[in-house]
Amino acid sequence: MPGVKERIVIPDFRMSPRVDQVGVEERASRFTKRSIKKQSKVEGLKLVLSMIDLTTLEGKDTPGKVKQLCYKAKHLLDNYQGLPTVAAVCVYPSMVRVAKKSLEGSRIKIASVATAFPSGQAPSKVKIEDTKFAVSEGADEVDMVISRGKFLAGEYNFVFDEIAAIKEACGEARLKVILETGELSTFDKVRRASDIAMYAGADFIKTSTGKVQPAATMPVTLVMLEAIRDYYYSTGKMIGMKPAGGISKSKLALHYLVMLNEVLGEDWMNNHWFRFGASSLANDVLMQLVKEKTGVYQSGDYFPID
Amino acid sequence: MDLQKVVSSLQLAREKRVSYIASNLKESQMSTATKKNKKVSSNNNGVPKLKFNSGWEYAPAPESKSHIKLKGRYDLFINGKFVKPSSGKYFETINPATEEPIAEIAEANIADVDKAVKAARNAYEKVWKKTRAAERAKYIFRLSRMIQERAREFAVIETVDGGKTIRESRDVDIPLAANHFFYYAGWADKLEYAFPGRVPSSLGVAGQIIPWNFPLLMAAWKIAPALATGNTVILKPAETTPLTALKLAEIVQESGLPEGVVNIITGFGQTGADIVNHPDIDKIAFTGSTEVGKIIQKAVAGTNKKITLELGGKAANIIFEDAPLDQAVEGIINGIYFNQGHVCCAGSRLFVQESVYNIVLRKLKDRMETLIVGDPLDKNTDIGAINSKTQLNTINKYVSIGKKEGAEIYQSSCPIPDKGFFFRPTLFTNVAQSNRIAQEEIFGPVLAVQTFRTDEEVIEKANNTPYGLSAGVWTDKGSKIFNLTTKMRAGVVWANTYNKFDPTSPFGGYKESGFGREGGLHGLSAYLKV
Repeated sequence: MPGVKERIVIPDFRMSPRVDQVGVEERASRFTKRSIKKQSKVEGLKLVLSMIDLTTLEGKDTPGKVKQLCYKAKHLLDNYQGLPTVAAVCVYPSMVRVAKKSLEGSRIKIASVATAFPSGQAPSKVKIEDTKFAVSEGADEVDMVISRGKFLAGEYNFVFDEIAAIKEACGEARLKVILETGELSTFDKVRRASDIAMYAGADFIKTSTGKVQPAATMPVTLVMLEAIRDYYYSTGKMIGMKPAGGISKSKLALHYLVMLNEVLGEDWMNNHWFRFGASSLANDVLMQLVKEKTGVYQSGDYFPID
Repeated sequence: MDLQKVVSSLQLAREKRVSYIASNLKESQMSTATKKNKKVSSNNNGVPKLKFNSGWEYAPAPESKSHIKLKGRYDLFINGKFVKPSSGKYFETINPATEEPIAEIAEANIADVDKAVKAARNAYEKVWKKTRAAERAKYIFRLSRMIQERAREFAVIETVDGGKTIRESRDVDIPLAANHFFYYAGWADKLEYAFPGRVPSSLGVAGQIIPWNFPLLMAAWKIAPALATGNTVILKPAETTPLTALKLAEIVQESGLPEGVVNIITGFGQTGADIVNHPDIDKIAFTGSTEVGKIIQKAVAGTNKKITLELGGKAANIIFEDAPLDQAVEGIINGIYFNQGHVCCAGSRLFVQESVYNIVLRKLKDRMETLIVGDPLDKNTDIGAINSKTQLNTINKYVSIGKKEGAEIYQSSCPIPDKGFFFRPTLFTNVAQSNRIAQEEIFGPVLAVQTFRTDEEVIEKANNTPYGLSAGVWTDKGSKIFNLTTKMRAGVVWANTYNKFDPTSPFGGYKESGFGREGGLHGLSAYLKV
C-alpha cells in the first residue's frame, strides 16, 4: 500500500475525540434489546465459549490450581459433542510454565499478565523484565497494564513509550494492553488511552484487570470498539478487544457479541480478535447450551467447577 | 545551551515514535495484503469497508399475537356505547406489513358527528362540568392504569395496524401514552396553582383529530389534558390506524367514565371536516399535515372556536466538528430512521460542519448498514413498514425528485420483504437549501445532507424554512449549545440528543409548524379559559 509513512499523523493525544456519556449509554442499552433466539443463540453461545480466556489471578494460585484450570479449559463438558475449547488460559508469570505443560498438544493459548500486574506501579526496568520472563517461560500472549498514574498526570508520551518498550520485549507474543477503565473514570479518557495504546503497538486493548470495580461494562466496551474502528479506518490495521471482569452470564455475553457484530462487523467475530476475560461465564454458557438442546435447565451441580 | 539539548532529544523521541508507528503499520499491511478478501468494497483511503449483515445472523424473533383480542368489526363509540354508523358504511383497516385486512371500521357521517357532539355537550353540561376535580383525576388515573395493564396487547395492535416496530410500540409509544394520562391526572385538581392569581375554567366540548404516526400516543396527548381541565371530547383517529383508539374506547367504557365524556368516532377526512365545522364545538385540536392545518384554520376563522395546531416540520439536525461524532451519528439515525421517518419533528435536514463531513458520512453509512428493515412484529426489526401505499408513493415521488434535482442517493443494502410497504433507509448528499427535498416534508426514512462552515451560516440555513417544529444541535462546547439553541426558530430544540419526549415537556411549533403546546403546564392552557 502506497506511502504508509506519508499517511502517518501522530495524533496529538490531548485532542482525542470527545465521547458523550449519555449517548454511549443509550446506544449500549439498545444492543441489549436484540432478541437472540434458537439457531443464532446456539451459534452465539458456542462463539462465546471459544472466546473465553479462562483466568486465575490470585495471590494464592498454586501449580495444583493451575493444572486443574487447564484441564477444564480442554474439557469443558465432555458429554456435549461439538463444543469448542476456550481461547486461552490467563495466569501470573510464575505459573506460565505449569500452564504450558498442562496445555501441551492443545491449541489453547497461554496468556500471562505482566508489568507489575495489577497496579503497574513499578520501575520500567522491572516491568520489562517481568514481560521477558513471562515470554521466556512460554507465554503466547502478554496482558500488560498501563501506568494509570502517569496517564492521569498527563504524561502521554511516557505511557506511549512504555507500551512500545513492552511490545518490543514481547517478541512474537501478542500484546494486550489493559487500560483499567475503572480508574480512568471518564469515557473521554478511555478513548484517549485506547488511541495511545493502539498507536504504541497494542494487538489488543483490554478494559480491566478485574481487580477494580467497575470492570468491563457495555458502554466502556463500546467506546473502545469505536476507537478500534476509527483506528482501522485511519491505518488499515485491525486491533483486538477484550472486556474483562463482570461478565458472568450468557445473556450479557451475547449482548456483547451483538455489540461487536454491529460496531466492527464480521471480521472481528472470532477469538483472534475478541476475547472475554472471565472465569464463571463458561459454566453459565454450558448451562444455556444444554438447555437449548434438552429444553430444561439443569442444576449447577452438573457443571464442574475448576 | 540546555534548551537545545531538550529540543533535540524531544525531536529524536518523536522521530522514533513516527518510524515505530510506520514499521508497525507496514507489518500489518503486509499481512492484510496476503489475506484473500473476496468482498472488498473499498473507500476510505484504500481501507476495505467493515462487513455488516454477514456472518452471524439473528434468527426471527416474532412477538406473539395470540393474546390480542380484536373484533372483526368496530362501531362508533358515542355516549358510552358502540353504535352503528348512520350510513351503515364500513371501511377496512389493513396491516401495512402484509397488506392483509385486520378489521372493518365504521364510517361516521355528519349525522353521527352531530350525535357525538350532542352526547359530549350533554355530558359536559349535566355531568362533567359538575364533577369535582379530584374525581376527574381518579378517572384519568384509572385510564392510565388500564393502559398499563394491557400494555403488551396495545403494543402489538399498534404495530399490526400501523406498521411501527414492536420495539418502538412496546418501549416508547405505550409507556409514554400511559405516562401522559398519569401526568395530567395529577394536574386535574391543581389548576389554580398552574395559573396563580387566576380562576381557570373549562372550554366545553373539544373536537380532536389525530394522525397515523403515533396513534395511541396522539390520542393520549389530546384526551388527557382535555379531561383534566374539565372538557369533554370527540376524538377522530386516522383512517389507517383506528384500532388502538377503539381499544381505548373499550377501556373508557370499562373504566366507568360517565357516558359522553369521551366519544371516539372513525372516518376519513370528511368526518374530520364535519367535526371542525360543527357549530356546537368550543375547541379544535388538530395534529397532522400543514396543508390540512391551513384548511382548518380557514374554516374556524370568524367563529368563536379556540384552536391549536401541531403540523409538519423539516427539522435541522446540526453536527459541529467538536461533536462526539459516534453519538451524533446515533442521534442522526434516531432522528430520521426510527418510526420509519414518520415523525413530525424528524431531523430530516442534516447539516454537517464541512471539516468533519467525510468522517461523519462514513460513520453514518456504516451505521445504516446495521439497520434491519422487516416484519414490524419481529423484535429485532429497526425499521418497520411504511404506514400506507399512499405514503409509500409520496416517499418514492420525493426520491425521484431528489434524483432529478441532481442529488446523490445512497441506500443501505439490507434485504426488504417482497410483500407490504417497505423502504430502505436513504440519504441524499450534494444537496442545497434550494433543493425541493431540502424544503418539503417527505415523512419517510429519507435524509437530506448539507454542509456548513460557520455558526452564523448554519443558524441562518436552519431557520430558512417555513416550518419551525424542532431542531437538534451536536457539539461538545456548552457555550455553543446555548448560542445555537437560543437562535433556533423551533419549538423544541435538542442538544446532544434527539426525539426525546416526556409528558412534562411542552411540545409544539413555530411558524407553519403550528401553534399551541402539548404536554407540561403549557399544555393546560389550550383547554382552559384563563
